[in-house]
Formats: sequence, C-alpha cells, structure tokens
Amino acid sequence: MSKKDLGLLVLILVVGAVVTAINPRFLLPINLANTSNLIGLFGILSIGQAFVIITGGIELSVGSLVALLGTLFIDFIAVRELDWPLAFAMIILLGAIIGFVHGWLITRLKLQPFVVTLCGLLIYRGVARFYTADGTAGFAFGQNFPDLEFLTAGRSGGVPNSFIALIIIAIVMWVVLHRSVFGRYLYAIGKNEEAAKYSGIRTGRIVIAAYVICGVLTALSAIYFAMYTRSISPASHGQFYELYAIAAAVLGGFSLRGGEGSLVGVILGTVLLQELQNLVNLLGIPSSLNFAVMGGVILIGVLVDQQWGVFRARRRMIEATRQNVAGAPAE
Amino acid sequence: MAHRLLSGVMTSTDTTHPITAPFLSLEAVRKTYPGVVALDRFSMEVRSGEVIGLVGENGAGKSTLMKILGGVTRPDSGTVTVDGAAHDGLTVEQSIGSGIAFVHQELNLFENLDVAANIFFGREPLRAGPLKLVDRAKLREMVAPLLKRVGANFSADAPVASLSLAQQQMVEIAKALSIKARLVILDEPTSSLPIAETEKLLDVIKGLKAQGISVIFISHRLHEIERVADHVVVLRDGTLAGTLAKAEINHDEMVRLMIGRMLKEREKAGEATRAPGSVALSANALRTSTYPDRPVSLELRRAEILGLAGLVGSGRTELARVLFGIDERLGGSVTLDGKPLNVGSAADAVANGIFLVPEDRKLTGILLDLSIAQNISLPNLPAHAKRSLVSANAELATAEKQKKNLGIKAPSVLTRTGTLSGGNQQKVVLAKWLAMNPKVMILDEPTRGIDIGAKAEIYGLMRALADAGVAVLMISSDMEEVIGVSDRIAVMHEGQISGILEKDDFSQENVLLLAVGKKPKLLQAAGGVE
Repeated sequence: MSKKDLGLLVLILVVGAVVTAINPRFLLPINLANTSNLIGLFGILSIGQAFVIITGGIELSVGSLVALLGTLFIDFIAVRELDWPLAFAMIILLGAIIGFVHGWLITRLKLQPFVVTLCGLLIYRGVARFYTADGTAGFAFGQNFPDLEFLTAGRSGGVPNSFIALIIIAIVMWVVLHRSVFGRYLYAIGKNEEAAKYSGIRTGRIVIAAYVICGVLTALSAIYFAMYTRSISPASHGQFYELYAIAAAVLGGFSLRGGEGSLVGVILGTVLLQELQNLVNLLGIPSSLNFAVMGGVILIGVLVDQQWGVFRARRRMIEATRQNVAGAPAE
Repeated sequence: MAHRLLSGVMTSTDTTHPITAPFLSLEAVRKTYPGVVALDRFSMEVRSGEVIGLVGENGAGKSTLMKILGGVTRPDSGTVTVDGAAHDGLTVEQSIGSGIAFVHQELNLFENLDVAANIFFGREPLRAGPLKLVDRAKLREMVAPLLKRVGANFSADAPVASLSLAQQQMVEIAKALSIKARLVILDEPTSSLPIAETEKLLDVIKGLKAQGISVIFISHRLHEIERVADHVVVLRDGTLAGTLAKAEINHDEMVRLMIGRMLKEREKAGEATRAPGSVALSANALRTSTYPDRPVSLELRRAEILGLAGLVGSGRTELARVLFGIDERLGGSVTLDGKPLNVGSAADAVANGIFLVPEDRKLTGILLDLSIAQNISLPNLPAHAKRSLVSANAELATAEKQKKNLGIKAPSVLTRTGTLSGGNQQKVVLAKWLAMNPKVMILDEPTRGIDIGAKAEIYGLMRALADAGVAVLMISSDMEEVIGVSDRIAVMHEGQISGILEKDDFSQENVLLLAVGKKPKLLQAAGGVE
C-alpha cells in the first residue's frame, strides 16, 4: 500500500470516527451493510473506469450504460423470460462489444475519448428511454429469481454479496493492473503512448482492451444496480454515475493524464465517497447538499495531496542544502 | 537608458583593454546547488561585437552561467558588472534591460502564428480606439528591418510552422534584436540543424558581429566554434578550464581543455574489423508519405555501419520510420535476409529484430517516468514474465547486466530514467534493444545533445554491434560523425538516395554535394552514384 493510499485510509477512518461520535448509528450492522452494498456496486463501476483513466482516456457513458443495460437485463428476464444466466451473459457480452466499439473509435479512427464517450452518454440514455417508451422497467408481482437475487442482492453472514463480489474482482484486477504484462503496458501507454509504441507495444490493442474491461465491469455493475433497485426508470437511473466513478479514481490518486493510480486507491476512493453519502444522511445535512459535500471533499483532498507533494519536495531540497553546507570545507 | 561608463571604478581587468571596455563582465562568480558546486571562481568579459565560443561537457556549468546572465538565478558570491555598474547578481529585468537576449536550443515560438506576430508577441502596435486592434501595417513596418538584419529569406507573414529549423532560429534572433539586444546568447543552436542550414546560421552570427552585437555561442560542434569565434571560453567542472585567443582555437585544444586530457580516439568508432556481409535489409522502391512520388531503394549489409546523411527534411527520418513500421509504407517492398517482410507496426519490426533508436529520445526513445529496468524490459516484457505476470527478478537481472555492459551511470537500475543525463538516457535506449539480439539497428541522430565522453562510448557500441554482425544504419546530421563512424555513406536528397560513398571517397565536400543533389568528386569515376 502506497503512502497515498494509507493517507486515504486514515482519512476514511477519521471521518468514520467523527460521524460515529456524532451519530453512533453509523456503526449499526444495518447501516454498515447498506453502505458496503453501495460500495460494492459503485466499486465495480469505478474499477472499470480506472482501467480507462490509466491509459489517459475517460469513459463518460457508464451512467447511461448502467441505465440501458439494466433496462435490457430486466426486460430479458422479466418480460421476455429468458433464463437469467443467458440474459446475464448477453448483457456482459453487450458491455464488452460497446467497450470494444469505443476503443476502436478512439484508437483506429483517432477520435478523442471525451467526445466518443460523451456521444455514448447521450445515445445510450436515449435508446434506454425509447426502449421502454419512457416507462419503467420492473418485475411483475410475484416474479422471483432466487439464485440471481442471492448472488446480487443477498448476504452471506451479514455481508452483502455485492461487496464480496467487489473484493473478488478487486483482487483479480489488482493482479492484472499491478503484476501482469498487460498492466505494465497500460501504465506505459498512460505515461507516454508514443514511446510505448516505439518500444514495440501494440498500443491500439491494449487501449481497446482497457475499454472492453470497462464495458464488462460496467455491464456487471448494471446488473447489480438493476437487481438492487428492482425497477428502473431509464430517464434517471444511473445518472451521474460516471462522475462517481471518475471521482473515486481521482480521490484514489489517479491522474486524468494517465499512467498514475493504484487499484487500492480507487477502492478507497469509492469507500470515501459512499461514507460521505452516508454522512450526509446520518448527520441530517439536507440531501440537496449531497453533491456539494462530495465536490468540496474531493477538491480539498486533491489540494492537500498536491500541496503535500510540494512541501515534501521543498523539505528534500532544504535537507540536501543542509548536508551540503555541513559537508563543505570552511573557507 | 543612460550608459554609465565608470571606467575609473573598474577593477584591474580592464586595464589590459583600455580602449574597448567590456560592456559585461563576470568576476569570481560562484554558485552552488544542494550537493554540487555548479560554478566556481569563474570570470569572463564580453566586449561589443565579439563572438565568444563557450564550450564544455554537459554538467560543466554552462547552464548555470546562462541562468546567471539571464537573471534567473543569483550567484552566491562574485560580481556581475554591466556598463561599469557592479551587481551581486542580475534580476531578469536588469538582464533584459542591459540588452541580453537568449535563443535557446528548444525554440519558444508559437507555431500557429506568423513570423511578425511571434517577434512582437505581447508588444504588438495597436490602433487607436477602445478595441485595441493590432495595427498590422505598422507591425510589418517594424518587422521588415529586423528580418533584413538577420538575412531572412522568408516573409513576415509566413506561418512559423512552415519554416525550417534554421529559419525559426532566425525568427528567435530577430525577436532578440527587436528588444535592442547587445548580447545574443545562442545555446546549441546548430545541434538540430543539418549542414546547409548551419551555414546560414553561422552567417547570421557573422552579421550580428558586423552590427556590433556580441554573441555567446554555445555548441558541442567544435568546428563551428573554430569558424566563428573570436575567442573561446572552456568550462570544466564549474571552473574556467582555459581561454583560447583567436589564433589558438583548434579542435584538439578545445577537447583537451574540456576533458582535461587528450581524447585518444577523437570521437572515432574505429575501423571495421571484418568485411561487410550479405545484404540484411533491403528497401526496394519504398514510398513514404512525405515523398509519395519518390521511391527510395537502399541496401543495408550485415556487419557494416551505413551512415545516412542529408539535409533535414530530405526524408531520412521518414525512411527510418517506415522501416520500423511507425509510418505506413505507401509502396515498394522490404526484404530481410532475402525474404519479403511485411512490417505493419513497430511491434512487427521488433518481432523481426529490426530496432530503432529514435531521434527524439525524451518523447519516443524512453519513458522518463519509468525506471531503467522497466524501460529495458518493456519491448521484451513477455520474456520477463511467467504466465503473463511480470517477474521482477528476471527484469532486474537483465537490467543489471545491461547497466554493467553499457556502463550506464546511475545509483541503481530502479532509478527513474528521467533523472539521468542525456548520454545515460541514450544508453538505456540502446540497452533495451541490445538485450534482445538485434539484426538491424537503426539509429536516428544517436549522439545529439550528448557530451563528448558519452559520444565516444556510443560510437564504440555501434562498432561492437557491427563487429557482431548486426546491420547498423546511422542517420546523422553531424558531418564529423558521419565521416568518422560510417563504413559507407548514403546521402539523401529530397526523398531519394542521391548517392552512396565508399570509404575512399569520404569527404565533407562530397557529402555536401550529394546532399544538395549534385555530383560528388570521386576517386574512381565509376564509383557510387546511381
């Protein structure tokens, strides 16, 4: 764990302690379970975003995708009555295809990630609303999917299975990002795509793979979100989720220029964001201030991190000067 | 600004030159940074209309001296005297106010603006009225004489992006003249210029001198210094290693002062120890996007260093980029060891043992933020991994071996590459390719911006590669380098090979003639030219 991640963890614990002191309900099992469920849902989404951000790209369409894919999933199993594993596989595949198309447009046709995924944001939201004729997709009365519901919205020993899913995905993706050849390529491309290309890396394929990973994880989280809310109104479901995901990555130490950030960081970023949401509820802060609190904390966090870096650099300089002065012979 | 000529107050240094007092002098200047003494007991004088050559290896203190003259940094002790007024150090305003202007190696021009807008950027003449519109007519009037003074062959409304490097440097110099410069400091202006362009720049320097403007000319290309400098100041390890008067200026003496000893090899890579082998890489009627209508053919043999000379823009880098798969091949074919080769990407080239050491080390050669070890393993990462997971041990072992073989000077292989000197960075670029058995090694300006000691080592490495049977293609704009290092020289002119010189016909004149598309003077009438 890097120093940055450690700092973030301390911040999470301190905020938790302060909230507990003011409102002890923070530590009630029901509250912790609810919060960790949300951490699981947003965490999966944020890891996907992190893989794109590490390449220096951005994926703005994930919120709309959560709406579109969630709508489709519920439609598949509730209306068209497909077997849920088949529907599950189709949604994941669709996420992968959409990720591939984004990556292809960005690497082969040289469009900017911001532009491609902004168009995606508008298109998928529109398609989702059209698909349900602006209605709400949901389950009919009495429809049950015991296995699916256990895996997505269920609990094991009190721990939400969505949170357990996040932990498993996080461990796998940690290995991929920090230990694999592919992960090294991602960092290299994020730092300097040209130099990576000149080192013989097929940068296009690697970047496309990052968008595919983001698409798949977004699809997975879309299913989790759908099973959590159980009914989806495509006009508002998943709105601003891309910003939650980006915020979690930035809080976790990712640079939007690419090439910087750790998986532990993005998870901790998600945890902090959800803790803040919870704090707004528990401390009786008007929920309309929700976004303002988040924005303020992210700004302060990024500012402190940056100033800390400046401070350390200056201290190193002073240290070195002192040694130099002490070591120099008297004139 | 009133000139304060207080010759009576001047120190003993001016008694030897009673007539033309120096307008700028430094005395016993010392500057330390944490851990290093950058400049110590350094003194020099600048007189009007004098061209001073300033030479020294990287890290000798040239940059610090420039910063002091520019007012960016203050010396710890010593005096800077301008027009007879002594200062502890200059401020940026004082420096500009005294007419000291800089033309840096990396040009500070807005490529999207035209020449006139660049010269008077932020100081444009305005029309009367509340809108503050730029008075284009007046601007042109002001720019015209400046361009004339630098001998510009381009117009004031040419976009800077359309100019050659030398022309862009003229724009920078015109900018310096526009603020009434009395001293123009040129920091390695020719390092990225090809031969003919360099000539133009040297003419500009002579022109400045004739107008009574002083020039400090910093360059690693000593023969250029020989040609224009009135005297030479040599820096070594932050101190004045020596001053050479006009008559004493020669290449060997400068090198001796710079490194404190005679360099035996004198930047030479030695002779080939074996005859060139069979054709390794052959380009047949290759077409590049820069010159789509000019097919290029070239044969590169095993165990030879083929120098590729020519003017900047003659298509040498483009040829290298096509061979390495970075640019698209628009036509023609490539064979490797006689077999047709289809290179669609750099990854394909690398897989076939064709490697490129690119022109721009920092942007394309290495990743500055990665460690030495990570840079070296990057092109061959799967070989340093088990089941797709990177093995740190394998990576470190390769890096340690290369660090030792190439003599990369760094605290450890985990050191960030960005903190290394230019020469050591270039060795890292070489190391990553040497670690994977090259068949064909293409080097584009391999020694640009690298000091003499590291240069000699890189020449040695190239020769060792050729001796080991590798086909080496070296693109270079440095005439001494091309002639000193190559076994054969191919010269490009406007997208095509204008001729190939064998060792007996090597001469600056021949390379230059071919570079401008003329016939060389050959020993054997039948030699070389296609």
